[in-house]
Amino acid sequence: MGKTISEKIITSRLGREVTAGNIVIVPVDLCMVQDGTGPLAIKQLRKLKRGGALSGPGRAVDCGIFAPEKTIIFLDHAVPPPRKELSNVQRELRDFARETKVNLSEIGEGISHQRLVESFVNPGDIVIGADSHTCTSGALAAFATGMGSTDVAVVMATGKTWLRVPLTFLINVEGKFPQGVYAKDLILYIIGMLGADGATYRALEFAGEAVEKMSLSGRFTLCNMAVEAGAKAGLVASDGLTRAYLKERDREKRYKEIKADKDAKYERVFEIDASKLEPMLACPETPDNVKPISQIKAKNIRIDQVFIGTCTNGRIEDLRLVAEILKGRRCAPGTRLIIAPASRQVYLQAVKEGILEILVGAGATILSPGCGPCVGLQGGILADNEKCLSTANRNFKGRMGNPNSQIYLSSPATAAWTAVKGKISDPREIM
Amino acid sequence: MIIKGKAHKFGDNISTDLIAPGRYFHLRNNLPELAKHTLEDANPGFIKKVKSGDFIVAGKNFGMGSSREHAPAIIKLCGVKAILAKSFARIFFRNAINIGLPVLECETEKIARGDELEIDLAKGIIKNRKKGLELIFHPLPKVMVNILRDGGLVEHIRKHGGFKL
Repeated sequence: MGKTISEKIITSRLGREVTAGNIVIVPVDLCMVQDGTGPLAIKQLRKLKRGGALSGPGRAVDCGIFAPEKTIIFLDHAVPPPRKELSNVQRELRDFARETKVNLSEIGEGISHQRLVESFVNPGDIVIGADSHTCTSGALAAFATGMGSTDVAVVMATGKTWLRVPLTFLINVEGKFPQGVYAKDLILYIIGMLGADGATYRALEFAGEAVEKMSLSGRFTLCNMAVEAGAKAGLVASDGLTRAYLKERDREKRYKEIKADKDAKYERVFEIDASKLEPMLACPETPDNVKPISQIKAKNIRIDQVFIGTCTNGRIEDLRLVAEILKGRRCAPGTRLIIAPASRQVYLQAVKEGILEILVGAGATILSPGCGPCVGLQGGILADNEKCLSTANRNFKGRMGNPNSQIYLSSPATAAWTAVKGKISDPREIM
Repeated sequence: MIIKGKAHKFGDNISTDLIAPGRYFHLRNNLPELAKHTLEDANPGFIKKVKSGDFIVAGKNFGMGSSREHAPAIIKLCGVKAILAKSFARIFFRNAINIGLPVLECETEKIARGDELEIDLAKGIIKNRKKGLELIFHPLPKVMVNILRDGGLVEHIRKHGGFKL
């Protein structure tokens, strides 16, 4: 019987046939925590290790890490830390990384999910992260999913986890995107269609002409938000574009072709025509409250703050697009624009291409690479009754630090044009 | 094992941002302090109303959003003995089991705020004697039953040296 991408990866890593519904213990190729989930993972790891129940020959017994080279700590949430409690947490994580020789990604290096695809993940890997957007790496044909601190502590200690091989929804997207419509609009449309729990426990496989022609940057955006429909993983088959992406990052040797069999068994199949899409917005207070811009525009919704960045849309392709729109223009009076590149690599590239000059010239405040505003931690907490248009993945009540504010989600193009107009606006007006 | 307590009702899509708001990020290393803000954006004053042994009863997709395990951890710290919901978000569900907090999927419409419930975890039955109500909750996969029975994932791994499927 044919296999889905998830079934293929798990079968290959286990060395025996598995199908959806099987509960299996799998080896993990990469595991990670960040500064919000890491301290609790370390606490649980220490509890696990007390009494030496898991010590074994040839392992870093004292510190209890199964494979330090496959373990990464990302300092990406509170960067740089705005409070001493968070500074202390980061010091603890740095000390732990030094003692155990696990990888440490320092403040300013970037958001974990962006750093993972830039430097760590390869097709066929099983990736477990203590962060729900770990599913981003699925765009490299890796089985990547988020878990909590205790689950990841067990992966750190044993190199394994348990999971149920997921059933899969195939999202087949044919046709060409119209001008002004992007991967973000597509994934918002899909989440609106499925609902915030429509794909719980399932994997989403994105395929079809529109996905095959989509840059890796767009594919990361799709897979990043799979969890917003409740999915365990979002996956795209690897292909020539995946190989080129890895080659640019000196990992061409790690390329593997992984795609679903033609007769793979899907629980459901959804057909979408990309050419019929328009810019989409997720309205407060859930990412599945999605409306096309044609229904929103006439409402003249004034926006106090535009935030462009995050693991969803803070890549160089996003910043190029934003710069194209902002070139020779300025943010509307009364609308603040905050931009955070997703990683240092993205930041540097934006400097080299002259993008930052355009963004800053247009009135943007640039933050260091990280998660700050998206999780309500720092760098753009909203005032009471303010409205924000963000390129992030979540608009839950209180998400950006104030339960008395409202968040809309959109593509970077819609966000940039909205910053210029001061109200939610359709980027197709200038294309 | 039978547990008894009072129901606190919540709606659909209770996110981890509502359970453990991001603005208290700095308190994550201090769970008793963080627990003082449990669910405050969903039900202000919940922390004053909840008593040890009570239950949270909610609609669908409870715990959607982030992977923060602090969310089920502070609910447990408030004394909540189980969460009943029509459905749970996947990561929250795993996290709750991993810290030994029972999460039970069942039809929750018939349970009202303040109802006194009796839950038989082994038999999978929820009762409300006053209303003569009896609900059955969906059984957990065996691995999760084992983790819950051992008191959480850390204890489970320590006991068996690995996962017991």
